[in-house]
Amino acid sequence: MRLQVPLAITFIVGLVMLVQFFVPHKVGEDVMDALTAWARIIGAFALVLGIGSLFQRHLERMRRRREGWQYSIVTLLSFTVMVIVGLAWGKEKGSPFNWAFTNIQVPLDASMFSLLAFFVASAAYRSFRARSPESTLLLLAAVVVMLGRVPIGEQLSPRLPEATEWIMSVPTVAAKRGILFGVALGAIATSLRIIVGIERSHLGVESRT
Amino acid sequence: MRIDRRLIYLAIAAVVAAPFVFNWTLPLGSASPRTRAIYRHIEALPPRSAIMICFDYGPASMPELHPMGIALARHAFSRKLRVIGLTLGPEGLIMAQNALSAAAKDYGAREGEDWVNLGYKPGFISVILGMGTDIPKVFRTDHRGVPIAELRAMEGIRTYADLGLVVELTASPAINDWVVFAQSRFHAKLAGGVTAVMATDMYPYLQAGQLIGLLNGLKGAAEYEALIRHPGLASLGMTSQSFAHVAILAFVVLGNIGYFATRRRRR
Repeated sequence: MRLQVPLAITFIVGLVMLVQFFVPHKVGEDVMDALTAWARIIGAFALVLGIGSLFQRHLERMRRRREGWQYSIVTLLSFTVMVIVGLAWGKEKGSPFNWAFTNIQVPLDASMFSLLAFFVASAAYRSFRARSPESTLLLLAAVVVMLGRVPIGEQLSPRLPEATEWIMSVPTVAAKRGILFGVALGAIATSLRIIVGIERSHLGVESRT
Repeated sequence: MRIDRRLIYLAIAAVVAAPFVFNWTLPLGSASPRTRAIYRHIEALPPRSAIMICFDYGPASMPELHPMGIALARHAFSRKLRVIGLTLGPEGLIMAQNALSAAAKDYGAREGEDWVNLGYKPGFISVILGMGTDIPKVFRTDHRGVPIAELRAMEGIRTYADLGLVVELTASPAINDWVVFAQSRFHAKLAGGVTAVMATDMYPYLQAGQLIGLLNGLKGAAEYEALIRHPGLASLGMTSQSFAHVAILAFVVLGNIGYFATRRRRR
């Protein structure tokens, strides 16, 4: 029963949503409204589960003194403080929550992401080599696009932005479109497998092949 | 030839900081057709039309996307349009509030009357789907807890059909869900604002007409600021970005010179 009930629910709901998409009837729209409302409620509960999982994992790490357990204290303390501060004084401009988000989280998050600029420069220097005809083509395309996408490129030559536009709109889109088709077909296949019960990894069991 | 990576880091830091320190600016050039398309669309909307801006980004992508949100909101307020802000990710709540209130201040737009921040709602796809049939049912209050029915900014807004434009600002593939569910199913008039690395993923949608327009990274934001004649953070950052790109290319050229010189010596 532990396996059959979820499989049955998946099958029935999946089929209903599939049919509903193609049937523009008021009953179908009401069913969709109800199911999407339930999905939003489940999403909210998933947040609660996520928080519980976060606490469980970090408390376990602290208990067992695993590597980096001190950072787990920082994580749980920061989380708890932000929740209490947000609930007690709100999140409007001027509130402690807003101050902490704007002056602590934003600079920290932005700094972490900013490190990428340095790593990209270093990685580009070390590994962007014209070793073969394909890598030479890639290198030339990268030079054109990197210059064409910034004002200095247009200053150097008005052809650079035009060339950039061609590279972005023609060969790149062709490749992207192919990838999108592949992803879409894969998603359809996986969805059908889940609906009919062949794919069961989401239930924690091995799929039937 | 091997350059110590610390020198590379120092060089990048110097070229990025120099334009801010010495106040160097480069002329921006013309706006791309994708940016102009969004600008023209908003220009054509009658007063009191509503546009929806979804602030689905956090501090990490803020440098590229936040100026877009502010510029779009400024443009809307200058045209006497209503702006409905929301977010489907928790970090976007304060981003939305900061962007909308910063833009509103310049034009005397009032929260509740001319703009509203609906706040954050979990569920992503289910929220997009739900708004297709009944926005007030999905967002019963704004982020302050004021009921939707009491907000003049939400008058007559029920579905995507009542919105002049929906703009999704994101650094993730989330915009695909907006195209699939909001545009394809409910025919929302959709535009996107994405980070530069994401832009190529959006071109198929642009060419298919599923996206009205696209703001492409920091340059897209700077172009929009130039179109509304209100230079801001993005315009300021473009000179730094130019110098950084040139520096990276210089390192790539140096690396290749060293590679070919070493290869020749080995032969």
